[in-house]
Amino acid sequence: MKIGRRCFLSFLIGGAAGTALTPLPWKLTDDLSIWTQTWPWTPVPPDGEINYVNSTCMLCSGGCGITVRKIDDRAVKIEGMKDHPVNNGGLCIMGLSGLQLLYGPRRVKEPMKRVGERGEGRWEKISWDAAIAELAQKLNTVRGSSPESVACITDESFGTVPHLFKRFMAAYGSPNLMITPTIQDSYEQTLKLMQGVDGIPGFDLENSKFVLSFGCGILEGWGSSSRMFQAHSRWTETGGKLVQVEPRLSVTAAKADKWVSLNPGTEAVLALGIAQVIIKDGLYNKDFVEKHCAGFEDWEGEDGKKYQGFKNFVLEAFTPDTVARLTGVSANMIQDLATNFVGAEKPIALAGRGKGYTPGSLHEFMAVHALNALVGNINQEGGVWTLDRPDYIGWGEPAQDPVAQKGNGTPRIDGAGTERYANTRSMVNTFAEAVNNGAAVEVLLVSGENPCYTLRGGEAVKKAFEKIPYIVSFSPYMDETAAGADLILPNHTYLERYQDVPAPFGLPIPIIGMTRPVVKPQCDSKHVGDTLILTAKKMGGSVRDAFGWENYEACLKETLGDLWGTLESDGFLVNADYTPPAWDMAFGDESKKFQFFNESYAHGNNKDIFSQLRIEGDPGAFPLILVPAESMRIASGPVADTPFVMKTIPDNVLKDKEIFVEVNPATAAAYGLRDGKSAALSTPAGRARVRVNLCEGIRPGMVAMATGLGRSANSRYIANKGVNFNDLIRPVPDPISGLDSAWGIRAKLERA
Amino acid sequence: MSAIEEKKAKTDSGAGFILLFFILGLVSSLLTGWVAFPKLLYSQKSQPFDFNHAIHLDMVDGCESCHFFREDGTYAGVPKLAQCIDCHEEVQGGTEDEAIFVEEYVANYREVPWLIYSEQPDCVFFSHAAHVKSGGMDCVTCHGNIGTSTSLKPYEENRITGYSRDIWGKNIAGIKKNTWDRMKMDDCAACHRENGVKQNSVQTHKGACFVCHK
Repeated sequence: MKIGRRCFLSFLIGGAAGTALTPLPWKLTDDLSIWTQTWPWTPVPPDGEINYVNSTCMLCSGGCGITVRKIDDRAVKIEGMKDHPVNNGGLCIMGLSGLQLLYGPRRVKEPMKRVGERGEGRWEKISWDAAIAELAQKLNTVRGSSPESVACITDESFGTVPHLFKRFMAAYGSPNLMITPTIQDSYEQTLKLMQGVDGIPGFDLENSKFVLSFGCGILEGWGSSSRMFQAHSRWTETGGKLVQVEPRLSVTAAKADKWVSLNPGTEAVLALGIAQVIIKDGLYNKDFVEKHCAGFEDWEGEDGKKYQGFKNFVLEAFTPDTVARLTGVSANMIQDLATNFVGAEKPIALAGRGKGYTPGSLHEFMAVHALNALVGNINQEGGVWTLDRPDYIGWGEPAQDPVAQKGNGTPRIDGAGTERYANTRSMVNTFAEAVNNGAAVEVLLVSGENPCYTLRGGEAVKKAFEKIPYIVSFSPYMDETAAGADLILPNHTYLERYQDVPAPFGLPIPIIGMTRPVVKPQCDSKHVGDTLILTAKKMGGSVRDAFGWENYEACLKETLGDLWGTLESDGFLVNADYTPPAWDMAFGDESKKFQFFNESYAHGNNKDIFSQLRIEGDPGAFPLILVPAESMRIASGPVADTPFVMKTIPDNVLKDKEIFVEVNPATAAAYGLRDGKSAALSTPAGRARVRVNLCEGIRPGMVAMATGLGRSANSRYIANKGVNFNDLIRPVPDPISGLDSAWGIRAKLERA
Repeated sequence: MSAIEEKKAKTDSGAGFILLFFILGLVSSLLTGWVAFPKLLYSQKSQPFDFNHAIHLDMVDGCESCHFFREDGTYAGVPKLAQCIDCHEEVQGGTEDEAIFVEEYVANYREVPWLIYSEQPDCVFFSHAAHVKSGGMDCVTCHGNIGTSTSLKPYEENRITGYSRDIWGKNIAGIKKNTWDRMKMDDCAACHRENGVKQNSVQTHKGACFVCHK
């Protein structure tokens, strides 16, 4: 007898029957269903106690309050802080995804010293003691010969951290501290020139009923984005109107009640054209203009010269026909805009293009601000207010030894504060050019900024940074500047550190926000304030003497004094009842009046300055005009998008690694460009390969490119995607302020 | 022997073999299913160190002294180091487990990585507050007489799901004698039915599966 097929089958049948009588099939089915519903590789946050920390976001200068939800010691969600005076519970996508900066791969995990070639990415990890000793020794060595050759680029004007940098540079002996200017600087200079006040602007937009925006990216990150979104919703709900003046259909233009498309760069002309109609028709606020303004009518100066006032200046030079020809906006439309603006209950005119990162033309700001004066909304509900600069830091000037005195007495390399640009604090836009022209910079300290990415000028910026022998970055992230630095002393991220954040741009009430540690430092980083204090102590001498504090936290507590308690418990301190000074007290000039024009900047003999905002490039070689397209979905400042936010960029802006440019179909047809096809974009500053996105929303003859892309460092989620707009444009100094006023550049687009 | 008889005998012995193999298959699969399978399915893990519930319960006032509800109503579960540290800053008594606890965890402020016998899969939403505070249930109904135990049993981890054996129950056939022997979905459902619990989720107002699977 042999064991055959039947036996085998019988064994199998027996096995099957037996298996059915065991729990095995049922248990396995059950386990597999649990396994498939809770895949083991799906991340599950550990369970624990839910707790919340109130802090302030520092990803832009908006100063939004945040509430971070934590499970035990791990932060799991950032939300807008409810009832916060800036953002009232709202938050932008970048702020919401900030945890990816905290826990993500782009952190600099410990102090690092370059060992390979610059930018090669070869680093040696060093201890904090060694890093600070190296920096102190380097600074002491340079101080021996030329302290002024140490320069510093930082991001903020107010608060203790920028003041520590100011103090450090003053005690060290270098005037070359450059705080990156924005439209805040342009507005401050506008207030200085027209209102005679050293203050900061506030816009009572929540109460405005008619907003005439000259290219402000109200829904693209201008000011505190959450506040602006909420203000926009409020206008929609309460019948307020938004008129957007802009040559391309931005998100703001698309969501506005009216979009006025005009020739690029003629915003100031349109503002004066509207002013002309208002004056000609006698529609201006006579109470304000006649009693509280100077320079409106022609006047005779103390020097005996006759000066043309604002009234006759615009009546003569900015007739609707002239303005219509220059701007491309019809005379009827100009008339309508003027009538609607003055006829509205609480009108306001705003300047500062896009997100407001480029300071812009001061003439444009002044022309727009003149409209506010004509309707008398200065310091009125729904209008433009002035606020004092925060003044709670009362450290006094540090003692300067002879070396520091000598160094501080040398002229700034960027030309700010000279007779020509007397009101300008710093002009980082001229930094690269100055270095390339031979200005000696032995050491560059960079904090809170990323000039290798954000400075305009492409090759010139790269060349300048190559010339600087020693670059120190305090960035918590491996950004473009850190990647090209010689020493990185990583700061804590904004979710790991204390810092005061006063006076967000445009808020009409004084506020100090407090950023504080949400979690303990995740890497071997150190607060930049502590790094500065320790470096000063290590350096010794008068620099050490200027920093008596034990550490940054002690410095902050001492500086804030009685304010500390409220800031610690609430996360912010606000004077919600602030009212700006009345008209008779509002203007700081001797005349106590608002100055449409005065002797120092009367433009009676300089009319064309308004009619032509300068743009670089030869129209023959570069027939088109390239302008930036800014978006809430692309962070274009020092800190790049988080991976989450990168995922929100539409395919017609960035697809894989390729960037698209907006081109009007008529322009595309003229140059033989087809939708989605590759093209070569060149400007006097650089070249890039792009793809074409045909778009009816942009004026013919223009090209718009997204800003904030084309990062080379950071992480694989961000790097090498698209093109850096800043490489294709060069700064153009404004004739009054010297600040960068380049709103575009001439360009050429060819089939590739 | 005739050819027919010969064939019959052959067939008889063939049938015997077939039956034998049937039985072999049956027995081996029964053994596999009842004996080998549970051993293969679960891996045994020991807790970081042993813990005596009985001693602690004598000193405190009920389970909730250590396994408490937080102020916001959430349930704290297994105690954190911060709760133990008041008494255990120094070594108490002479057991080896106590020494491990104090030296390895308390001294280094390291949380003890306890293995939790009653942890439900992540897809289940379970609120202790709803059961204990609102429903008035006691701990024993689901967790058994753990409070009187003097040592921790080995933790058996399901190799497929990664969860504890206590969810399915010690009995591989799923037979239970006590309410705390098993913590499967059917046990939840049976109790909810018996007690006429509200059939919709408080949070989402949805019924059926969505009471627990949100």
